[in-house]
Amino acid sequence: MTDTIVPPPAPPSEGVATNVIPGSGKQLAWYFLYGTVGLVAIILVLGYLQQEFTVGNINQAAVDYETNSINLVLSEEPPQLDSGTATDSVSGMLLGHVMEGLLRYNANDELIPGIAHDWEVSEQAARFHLREDAFWSDGTPVTAHDFVFAWRRALAVETASQYAFIMYPIKNAEKVNRGELPTEELGVTAVSDYELEIQLERPTPFFASLTAFTTFFPINEAFYKTRGDNYATNAEDLIFNGPFSMVHWAHDASVRLEKNPYYWNKDAVRLDAINFGYILRDSEARLRLFESGAIVFAGIAAENLDKALEKRWLIKEHNSGAVYFTEINHRPERLTANWNLRRALQLVNDPVELVNKVVKIPGFQPGESIFPTWIKGVDGYFRDEYPMKEHVPNPVLAREHLAKAMEELNLTSPPTLTLLSGDNPTSNKQSEYFQAHWRKHLGIEIRIDRQIFKQRLAKMQSGDFDLVLAGWAPDYDDGLTFGDLFASWNENNRGRYVSEYVDKNVRIAQNSTDPRERMEAFNKVQHRIYDDVAIILNYESGSLYVIDERVGGVSRRVIGADPDYAFAYLIDEES
Amino acid sequence: MLTYTLKRLLQGVVTVWFIATVTFFAMHALPGNPLESEKGMSETIRANLDKKFGLDKPEYVQYFTYMFNMVKGDFGLSFKHENRSVNSIIRERFPVSAILGILAIVFAGLGGVLWGALTAIYRNRWPDILIIILVIVGISVPSFVFASVGQLGLVFLNRFFGTTVLPVAGWGEISHMLTPALILGLGTMAFLTRLMRSSMLEIVNADFIRTARSKGVPPTQVFAKHQLRNAVLPVVTVLGPSIAGITTGGFVVENIFGIPGLGQYFVLAVQQSDYGVIMGTTVFYGAFLVFMVILVDLLYAWIDPRVRLE
Repeated sequence: MTDTIVPPPAPPSEGVATNVIPGSGKQLAWYFLYGTVGLVAIILVLGYLQQEFTVGNINQAAVDYETNSINLVLSEEPPQLDSGTATDSVSGMLLGHVMEGLLRYNANDELIPGIAHDWEVSEQAARFHLREDAFWSDGTPVTAHDFVFAWRRALAVETASQYAFIMYPIKNAEKVNRGELPTEELGVTAVSDYELEIQLERPTPFFASLTAFTTFFPINEAFYKTRGDNYATNAEDLIFNGPFSMVHWAHDASVRLEKNPYYWNKDAVRLDAINFGYILRDSEARLRLFESGAIVFAGIAAENLDKALEKRWLIKEHNSGAVYFTEINHRPERLTANWNLRRALQLVNDPVELVNKVVKIPGFQPGESIFPTWIKGVDGYFRDEYPMKEHVPNPVLAREHLAKAMEELNLTSPPTLTLLSGDNPTSNKQSEYFQAHWRKHLGIEIRIDRQIFKQRLAKMQSGDFDLVLAGWAPDYDDGLTFGDLFASWNENNRGRYVSEYVDKNVRIAQNSTDPRERMEAFNKVQHRIYDDVAIILNYESGSLYVIDERVGGVSRRVIGADPDYAFAYLIDEES
Repeated sequence: MLTYTLKRLLQGVVTVWFIATVTFFAMHALPGNPLESEKGMSETIRANLDKKFGLDKPEYVQYFTYMFNMVKGDFGLSFKHENRSVNSIIRERFPVSAILGILAIVFAGLGGVLWGALTAIYRNRWPDILIIILVIVGISVPSFVFASVGQLGLVFLNRFFGTTVLPVAGWGEISHMLTPALILGLGTMAFLTRLMRSSMLEIVNADFIRTARSKGVPPTQVFAKHQLRNAVLPVVTVLGPSIAGITTGGFVVENIFGIPGLGQYFVLAVQQSDYGVIMGTTVFYGAFLVFMVILVDLLYAWIDPRVRLE
């Protein structure tokens, strides 16, 4: 590009400084020309090499009425499309489109039949009746054996699945995962090709909802054996039983899904293809793709919100399901083991101010309880049935508690505490807010310990903090995914909060099948966590996104494939 | 010449071994388990993962196993993309970075030489001043700014013409690589322009130029054969290392333009403590850089016999 610019005419020779060779300007113009020709030749050669030796994007319009398909962007290369070991949201989203478990969720987050058309869950066992018209994308039927194989494999020691724990409600699962029992001892049997029986380790009222989760997806054993270690590394190394098949996966570039003609409910699938034409890590670049009309969906990060508002796009909100809090170190040697000190910190904490003045993203809600608003209760939502007591910031009372704490701890001045935080703009903003906030109201000095992801985790693990900004995203659709977080045995309880009362109620919620009894237990847990100041709640996160108005039927969900385009459709151009 | 070549190659092998060793132990010295994720792991699950990735063995055993496999050309498995081998990641991703990098270096090299020559010819006149201002901008503005602004420019360009003149992001066609390559090469182009300018100005007063002119060689020939050719030499010298630099430094541009190159893996692996990919990419790039430097040295030795004797 630079070389195509024609140089200005050579200056008159008498005016030129003596050390310039006359005529050189003209000569240089020739070189510009040669350079340009050479450049074009090089570009053509590189273009040829590019097409021969590298993978590329599959380009198509954002909405293509002719092929009845949409174009999208992935935020990263899917790390793992093996359903037994996948843990991240991008892989989970793709798998949710191409695979199907025993059950699945509909647009209203209700559990509906998937591969199983009927099911019963009792205290000791569960039984699923599989439909006979479900097929893999190679035409072989999906049978109960495929589930037995996949579940045994997910728990096998060699598989080393991080999500193995989600299967622990199945009888002997934990022992199999520890290598103490052979995988054949796992409490799951194919009674016939189309009937699956599961023995439970303990009563698990939400077991049915687990079967919609990625780790519980079936795997075709015969196919798996043909691929071995290469299973799921490429599109050809997978077969599918879901609404779509993956026909193309160019690593780091694009993924293409096409309607699976073998899917049992194919009539409900209205798109013919979902094209993930780009893989882009940069959230701003993704938004620019949306702006240029290349894709139909883009998330909006905090830093892009102003720009999105300027464009007057229709911005939608989605509760992303996670709860964020300041986790407190309860280890006895820490100052924060003192209840009065924790109470003082809690009493000045103002989640409403945090959300409105610091986070400033619509869709976020002030944190009130460890159980987020979307958790289901007995009939409706848990938080409607069991409201949390109101939190009113009270700096005066807080200072009284601080004075008591200083007395108990033999301190002459307010203590200095270490706040462990991630090293990114969002965490920095929040940790600095807390630093200023606690200094202003309590005179407590906060030392901010900024660490990158893995190092922060290591410090959380070893207990090297007083306070840490943390959060929790749910694993399954039941209050227990939040409820057992601060049980003394939970490895995510990094502050080592120990309460017999909480433990007892978590056990009730784990073992009871009576919804009312369980919800009562959760209610006790949420209040005790607040009263004990086990943690200080900050907010429930939300997410913002823009979507092309020509696309309908896209579901957002907290658990499972999100966003879910499986039953999306194009809205006619005319209407 | 042969002895010199062998000596340099041997030094190169030792350097690569050194890079691999230092990286290995530095990486293990990082706090935190590479398999750790936001969700806490039970002892059982952690033990299973450690076993799968060989982290259950003592560090020195891991080191020797790794070195042994590396000599055989096996870089092991990625920790994040669990089933993929680091070899396949490098094999698939490096050509992309290389193609983009070569184009960037061509842009930078051609642009640098021509702009530099131009500034020298029009020294202290407006083309010189304008280009030098642009050079300062090119050197001081980080590439992510250029990349973002460039991409925004493409959005406007396409909207203005109502069609895709140049794609905003992606890879696979010639049109995809032009903008990213130009942006990737900008910094180097600016640097080379400055280098070219000073070397041009230095040479124009050299004795051999004066001799050539006084004996009646036509001015255009003096410019082309004596001044330009000699001034280009230092540029060629720094081109070697900058090829490696550009091919490895594409992280930002690859991220923003969605280009499936190796630069992303190189940087993200460190953040994710992906031991397999950290080792694989570092050793690979290290070897690449060392090879480039040796190549330049050998070229020099071939051009200038005095170097061989030193």
